[in-house]
Amino acid sequence: MGALEDRLPDNILFTTVDKFLNWSQKSSLWYMLFATACCGIELMQTGASRYDLDRFGAVFRATPRQSDLMIVAGTITHMMADRVKRLYDQMPSPKYVIAMGSCANTGGPFYKDSYAVLKGVDRIIPVDVYVPGCPPRPEALIEGIMKLQEKIMEKKNLVRK
Amino acid sequence: MEAKKIYEILSGRFGSAIQQFQENTLPPSIVVGHQAIVEVCDFLKKAEELEFLSLICLSAVDMQEKGKMAVVYHLGSMRQRHTIVLKVELDRGSPHVRTVGTVWPVAAWYEREAYDLLGVVFDGHPDLRRILMPEDWEGYPLRKDYVYPKRYHTWDV
Ligand code: SF4
Repeated sequence: MGALEDRLPDNILFTTVDKFLNWSQKSSLWYMLFATACCGIELMQTGASRYDLDRFGAVFRATPRQSDLMIVAGTITHMMADRVKRLYDQMPSPKYVIAMGSCANTGGPFYKDSYAVLKGVDRIIPVDVYVPGCPPRPEALIEGIMKLQEKIMEKKNLVRK
Repeated sequence: MEAKKIYEILSGRFGSAIQQFQENTLPPSIVVGHQAIVEVCDFLKKAEELEFLSLICLSAVDMQEKGKMAVVYHLGSMRQRHTIVLKVELDRGSPHVRTVGTVWPVAAWYEREAYDLLGVVFDGHPDLRRILMPEDWEGYPLRKDYVYPKRYHTWDV
């Protein structure tokens, strides 16, 4: 501890603006209430009492306007892809995307010869974290969220451009 | 009732519209002329002893080598505990057949699927739109000569 901190009371802390901004952002990752296939069941379980995603400050919002994070949980068909893109565009920045499960990563079990399925959601929107699995267990999704939080902490907000 | 018996009843009533009895397919099936399909279905549903009240499945098959498109109807009767399969063969160039939605309303959904994936047109269908693919998709993905597009809207497919 520096000499300055020793002279101040305990409830005063030092940090950098970047760290403070990133910390507040990573601690309130509101994700959009949205799932398209079987992975959605694991997402619900992750949000429910046993795994309790709220512990990480991640609660669901029923509108893209209030969401910071889109968890793409499930198969995206070409029909749905336009809608996913539009939902992503409706989210305010800064915004993040987790591709949950093989389908969202690569098309998964539908990769070969499917006429209707989009082969990976990164073809339409930028993805920050990929969580593998078919479906991933809630622990895996939580790990994905923690990885995203690490990524957010690395961000530099106040740099001269 | 045996499939053979059903075939005989239908032949007796519809004559040459009932084209063929295929005993060795599983389950045995009856090939029906496409002009008569609605009347045949209506008869099968309403006749006593037949009572095919449910259309279990309706699908289409691309028979490219024969230049045909077939539509296959799986019918079932809970009361009589029997099933039968009807087939109609259509010209692959312009596959048109009358809708059986007037006999079994559920056919509307199956017919949309057959239209979406194989391009069979069901005349008289109240709402013949694509059901699985986007509405502006081009071509019919389950046709044997279908070439998958490289791009759709703004992305690689
Ligand atoms: S990755 Fe597996 S579990 Fe998840 S949506 Fe696809 S098929 Fe379903």
